[in-house]
Amino acid sequence: MSTHETVPEPKFPEKHYLNAEYGIRSWLLTTDHKRIAMLYLAAVTFFFFIGGFFAMMIRLHLMTPNGYLLTPDQYNRMFTMHGVTMVFFFLIPSIPAILGNFLIPIMVGAKDLAFPKINLLSWYIYIIGGLFTMWSMINGGLDTGWTFYTPLSTVYSNSAVAPAVIGVFITGFSSILTGLNFLVTVHTMRAPGMTWFRLPLFVWAHYATSLVMVLGTPVIAITLALAGMERLFGLGFFNPAMGGDPILFQHLFWFYSHPAVYIMILPAMGVISELIPTFARKQLFGYHFVAAASLAIAVIGFLVWTHHMFLTGQSTYAAVAFSFLTFVVAIPSAIKVFNWTATLFGGSISFDTPMLYAFGFLGLFLIGGLTGLFLGCLGIDMNIHDTYFVVAHFHYIMVGGAVMGYLGGLHFWWPKITGRMYPEWLARIAAFTLFIGFNFTFFPQFLLGVMGMPRRYHMYPPEFQIYNVMSTAGASILAVGYLLPMIYLTWAAFYGKVAGENPWPATGLEWKTQSPPLTENFEVTPVVTWEAYDFRNRPDLGLDVPGGSGPRIVAPAHGDD
Amino acid sequence: MTTLFFAVLVTLLVIFAGFKYRRRNEKEVGDAVSGNMALEIGWTVIPLIIAIVIFAWGAVLYVNYRITPKDTLDIYVIGKQWMWKLQQPNGRKEINELHLPVNQDVKLILGSEDVIHNFYVPAFRVKMDVVPGRYNTMWFRPTKTGKYHFFCSQYCGTNHAVMGGWVTVMDPAEYATWLSGEAGAVNPVSAGEKLFSQLACVTCHLANGTGRAPSLNGVYGGKVLLADGSIVVADEAYIRESILQPKAKIVAGYQPVMPTFQGLVTEEQILNLTAYIKSLQSQPVPAKGAGIALPTAGKK
Repeated sequence: MSTHETVPEPKFPEKHYLNAEYGIRSWLLTTDHKRIAMLYLAAVTFFFFIGGFFAMMIRLHLMTPNGYLLTPDQYNRMFTMHGVTMVFFFLIPSIPAILGNFLIPIMVGAKDLAFPKINLLSWYIYIIGGLFTMWSMINGGLDTGWTFYTPLSTVYSNSAVAPAVIGVFITGFSSILTGLNFLVTVHTMRAPGMTWFRLPLFVWAHYATSLVMVLGTPVIAITLALAGMERLFGLGFFNPAMGGDPILFQHLFWFYSHPAVYIMILPAMGVISELIPTFARKQLFGYHFVAAASLAIAVIGFLVWTHHMFLTGQSTYAAVAFSFLTFVVAIPSAIKVFNWTATLFGGSISFDTPMLYAFGFLGLFLIGGLTGLFLGCLGIDMNIHDTYFVVAHFHYIMVGGAVMGYLGGLHFWWPKITGRMYPEWLARIAAFTLFIGFNFTFFPQFLLGVMGMPRRYHMYPPEFQIYNVMSTAGASILAVGYLLPMIYLTWAAFYGKVAGENPWPATGLEWKTQSPPLTENFEVTPVVTWEAYDFRNRPDLGLDVPGGSGPRIVAPAHGDD
Repeated sequence: MTTLFFAVLVTLLVIFAGFKYRRRNEKEVGDAVSGNMALEIGWTVIPLIIAIVIFAWGAVLYVNYRITPKDTLDIYVIGKQWMWKLQQPNGRKEINELHLPVNQDVKLILGSEDVIHNFYVPAFRVKMDVVPGRYNTMWFRPTKTGKYHFFCSQYCGTNHAVMGGWVTVMDPAEYATWLSGEAGAVNPVSAGEKLFSQLACVTCHLANGTGRAPSLNGVYGGKVLLADGSIVVADEAYIRESILQPKAKIVAGYQPVMPTFQGLVTEEQILNLTAYIKSLQSQPVPAKGAGIALPTAGKK
């Protein structure tokens, strides 16, 4: 097909970050952001499969209306621990701490993050918090729901609330330190020529995410500290019998936990903003608008928290104001979706696995986002609040959005991380399996919600059974979809085809160094002379530009400073 | 509909682009287009306008729901782990069952004895949290006779899933027969009156306004002038708070001498007391010291 001479098969580099040092100490005491990203990958994957196990138990139990598998207390522990594990130990760290950690320094052309030791510290904090929480799950479990609503959590629950709360509290500091590290790195460590508006949108998305992490996480830390003190020492912050206000807890909790939703989805949007231009081989449509939308989401995201509380008896007019702001926060997401779609037009689209995930993301995020409008609409929320509609909605965002973005990113950068390609056809089959399994699992839950099935029920009236069976069937397909990438990506890391520097090709700085990169990322600090996602003025990519490349002559990618 | 429109629109656009612009040559690149201001403004402003319309529509429904109409049938509802206790105006009590007449506005006054619950009737498309330490109210108007599920939809512990029951909507005549069916039902007003003297409320809250505490005649629904100069409306929540935390709001002209009844009265007893105090609404208000703000007092 190609008229060019065949490129020689790429060779696996002799020296890279993975073989720079050997032994367990070289991993546990490393300050290399890439190795820390691998530590996160191992830990996050571990927590993901723990959380997935809980999910499987939930779905198996709900196959029959009376649920024979678990006792009510066991069931309540399962969904609580599923939520806590997935939110705090999988979704929040997944993309930022793995892909962000690995890529942000390389993308801005730096040798490492601004504070490499703090980066390692944040991994240890995460592990300590995670083990603390896991320990509480084994010793007594947790049955408050991941939302820890008072006074159920602080007075009435018979489970290990205090250790779990302490575990989540500790983990929060990991998130704050990671966010701080990203912010400082993006501000101070950009390579020559890497202006703010040449940054990949992955970096912009992480910049916005980091803002939320640094500003929001202290609030959840304080809230959980107060709840823990009420639980342990009987201080009456939230317990009405002692003059406290249980609704105050919800305000504080959602002041963090709503923005936390954006901690989970913004990085995935960042991944999609990389995938779509790369596989459409076309500059991203409306770069500035997409970057600004990330910041707008981060800021407005702080102003919508009481939409989780429309039916707590809060002031009617406060509810109206927060509903309005909820509709406003939907607009930047819509802008992103339109820009991604517009990027496809006039592109040269290939259907490699990462792009399949990007398409999957678009479809699922669209449904997740638009059903969010139902919930933000006061008149409809009166009916579907606290039903399976909510469960379906946030799984479309969190799993359909964040996890699709995460897996798409993992496939896209796997050649960079390991230096080897994954098996393309197997990966495509896995992507389709995931997409089908996901919709099978969660779409019936929208119907259940509209029919009025409340969430967190260990048994239910028989008229809801048909959709629950569908959902469980879908979940088993979904499980296969998750196991496949885990197996073949691991295989590919050792035995995959050698990838070379830039297999796709893509335009970011991370593709201008060897795969896997050196410990120092680049042999010489790169100088950036091109705009983000510009395929037409990059002769180094070896593409055919009709009418020749544009007027600008592109300097060699490696500067000489 | 709008959702469907945008979902279908974007999906079709993506699929169309996927076919039309699929890669035909390994070395091919896309067009040199990087943005279009008119499009950006268009797809910001149009969705924003649509969003505002949907928002306004939902907000109107919600505000109507939160403002209870007059002349409602008032049902007291208490949630506790893991059952519902419901009481008709004449004192007839039910557990996990609620009988109502058709075509009548119904107000539920919701209280909790322990954790947060939520009263949810999917068929009526309404729900409201039941929060310990305060009253919430919700209202609806059943328009069809029949039996409908109600659920607890705020997770409340072990048996959250079984904390539900049935709303039975009946013809008014049938309802009247049902209502008078149970012998020995104690009217909440008379139960409250009895408590009022048992708990010695009556020693200070003299009806003629000469006691150490304000007369409660006509208080319910009126405006009360407080010692700090502010004015509150004496609703169920205010009465409840005054029983449990008497020092929270002191009526102008009175000393904070009332002891707290926190832990001494059950939620049901508070409801009975409230029902009794509400029944005093029609009693003549004494001229002196009732603590009720005159219509002009608020203007100063």
